[in-house]
Amino acid sequence: MSGSGFSERLDRFLDLLREFYESRHRGALAREMRDEDDLFMLLVFSEMMGIPNPASYYTLELLPVLYEGFHDWHIRMGMEHSPLDHFRCC
Amino acid sequence: MSAIVLAALGLGGFALGYVFYSRFIADRIFQLDPDFETPAHAQEDGVDFVPTNRWVLWGHHFTSIAGAAPIVGPAIGVIWGWLPAFLWVTVGTVFFAGVHDAGALWASVRNRGESIGALTESVVGKRARSLFMVVIFLLLLMVNAVFAIIIAQLFVDVRSSVIPAWFVIAVALGIGWLLYRRGVPLLWPSLIALGLLYASMFVGAVFPVSLPEEVLGLQEPAQWVLILFVYAAIASLLPVWVLLQPRDYINGIQLFVGLAIFFMAVLLANPTVVAPAFNTGLPDDVPPLLPLLFVTIACGAISGFHGLVSSGTTSKQLDKESDVRFVGYLGSVGEGALALAAIIACTAGFATLGEWDSFYSTFAAGGIPAFVQGGGAIISEGLRLPVHFAETLLAVMAVLFAATTMDTGVRLQRYIVQEWGVIYDLPILTGRVAATIIAVGLCIALAFGAGGGAGTGGLMIWPLFGTTNQLLAGLTLLILSVILMKLGRPTIYTLVPMVFVLVMTVLALLVQLAGFWRQEQYFLLVMDLFILAAAIWVALEALSTLRRARMSEPEEEVEVGV
Repeated sequence: MSGSGFSERLDRFLDLLREFYESRHRGALAREMRDEDDLFMLLVFSEMMGIPNPASYYTLELLPVLYEGFHDWHIRMGMEHSPLDHFRCC
Repeated sequence: MSAIVLAALGLGGFALGYVFYSRFIADRIFQLDPDFETPAHAQEDGVDFVPTNRWVLWGHHFTSIAGAAPIVGPAIGVIWGWLPAFLWVTVGTVFFAGVHDAGALWASVRNRGESIGALTESVVGKRARSLFMVVIFLLLLMVNAVFAIIIAQLFVDVRSSVIPAWFVIAVALGIGWLLYRRGVPLLWPSLIALGLLYASMFVGAVFPVSLPEEVLGLQEPAQWVLILFVYAAIASLLPVWVLLQPRDYINGIQLFVGLAIFFMAVLLANPTVVAPAFNTGLPDDVPPLLPLLFVTIACGAISGFHGLVSSGTTSKQLDKESDVRFVGYLGSVGEGALALAAIIACTAGFATLGEWDSFYSTFAAGGIPAFVQGGGAIISEGLRLPVHFAETLLAVMAVLFAATTMDTGVRLQRYIVQEWGVIYDLPILTGRVAATIIAVGLCIALAFGAGGGAGTGGLMIWPLFGTTNQLLAGLTLLILSVILMKLGRPTIYTLVPMVFVLVMTVLALLVQLAGFWRQEQYFLLVMDLFILAAAIWVALEALSTLRRARMSEPEEEVEVGV
């Protein structure tokens, strides 16, 4: 019994240690990640905005995946509504 | 007097302060409510606002606020004898720092996690906000310059610390890469990193590193100062996960290990405090205890810098409002314990009073070297380690604290310069590299302006750094008092520390002003005048804001800003 108690406690401690490592700079990292994702979003939607994108045939299938974050993205980019005529959002 | 008694008195005092005084403050003054929805929950976004386990958060808070400063301050401050430094650290931590740190955290939690800077604007006014920015920039400037000088001095005094201090950068880079690029679990890299760090100290002892005595008219410490700033500039431009994150992590672990080793060694060796309780044979250049003690020991007794950490990042991650007491108050108690360790090392680590006297022969002669030598002697006696290894261990500990603070400090300064670039429409300042060069250039100018070609006299800035730090603390306490006044609650527990800190700061600036004039240190004189102007400005703002707050009716049921 005590053995499993110890390993549980060790696991718990390691989880906290991991959180200790990650959480201090979590904000900075998440922001950087978001900036990169925003750029990627722009790439994927670029064809619809009139920017020629040779890879648009391949990025088309990403649209349903990225649509989830589309609303937050256009708000972050300072546009109150979807900038695309045929791509409604809110 | 036995060092164990001193440690027991100090730690016992902190414990009583936490159990009784912090509970009183938390229940009666801040009236912490465990059911209040903290910003971490109300505004949870996965980026800044994330509810975090209180132990983890305490670990972060403590390791962010504890650095080289709570070691340097007491190490210089014991020159007046161990008693004044000891009393100021214990009383300061319990009645000043704990209330200040927890208060900044509470005020921020009750105001959507806003930073003290933003709170200054909403509580005091726009003018005070600009004042706040100026004080912070001055503080960062001095932190970076002073810490570079301290590291350089350590590299010259304890040459065996050079290899481990730089080697840890490689270890940090390795950990960052393993964790982020390889997804390796944290446990083994941590243990191996610590093992490598301590092994490298033995290597360092075998291969002490020294630079040429003079290059282009620059002496050895000055060369190190330049090298360190080049490093800090590069480090602050790297992505966070590459270096800063693993380095902060190793640093944090190392802080806990170091504190445990030290207090264990004190317990086992039970050294005697050889320094006098009050030093009657003070060297000629030592300024009067009152007011200088209270700015020489800033971190470890009360430090405005903590408010920035409390309200900047910690408040956005607080799970429950009642955690304010645990994270904020206990964080400053941790820092007090580090300052206590420094006091013991610098007063009990010497064999005789004569040896102590010869070490503390001038005002700035003590400092970190005394900590390294005294603490090294205690550790080597208590844990039966070679003296040289024990000294290297403490020197590396101090270097790592100071260097990590420099990394972050230069990064923050760059942000401020970039912000000025945006505000004043100067595109040249907004670039990352240009802003970093400006920030680092100013720090180098300060380091050399104060010390000349040797780059060492810069420790003269230390008390100035303390005054700026206390100014910031005064500002934070002012904001707290105004908020409490508006809520119709007692303000005496924040007002008394505020008045004390501001009075001591202004007095210390005046005393130093006279000193710089006599020593013809015109660069520092101008600096002193700048800070004095800021101090008077803070005091005036405090008076007018408090008068305004007193005249308006208290709004008991309505929370400020919510």
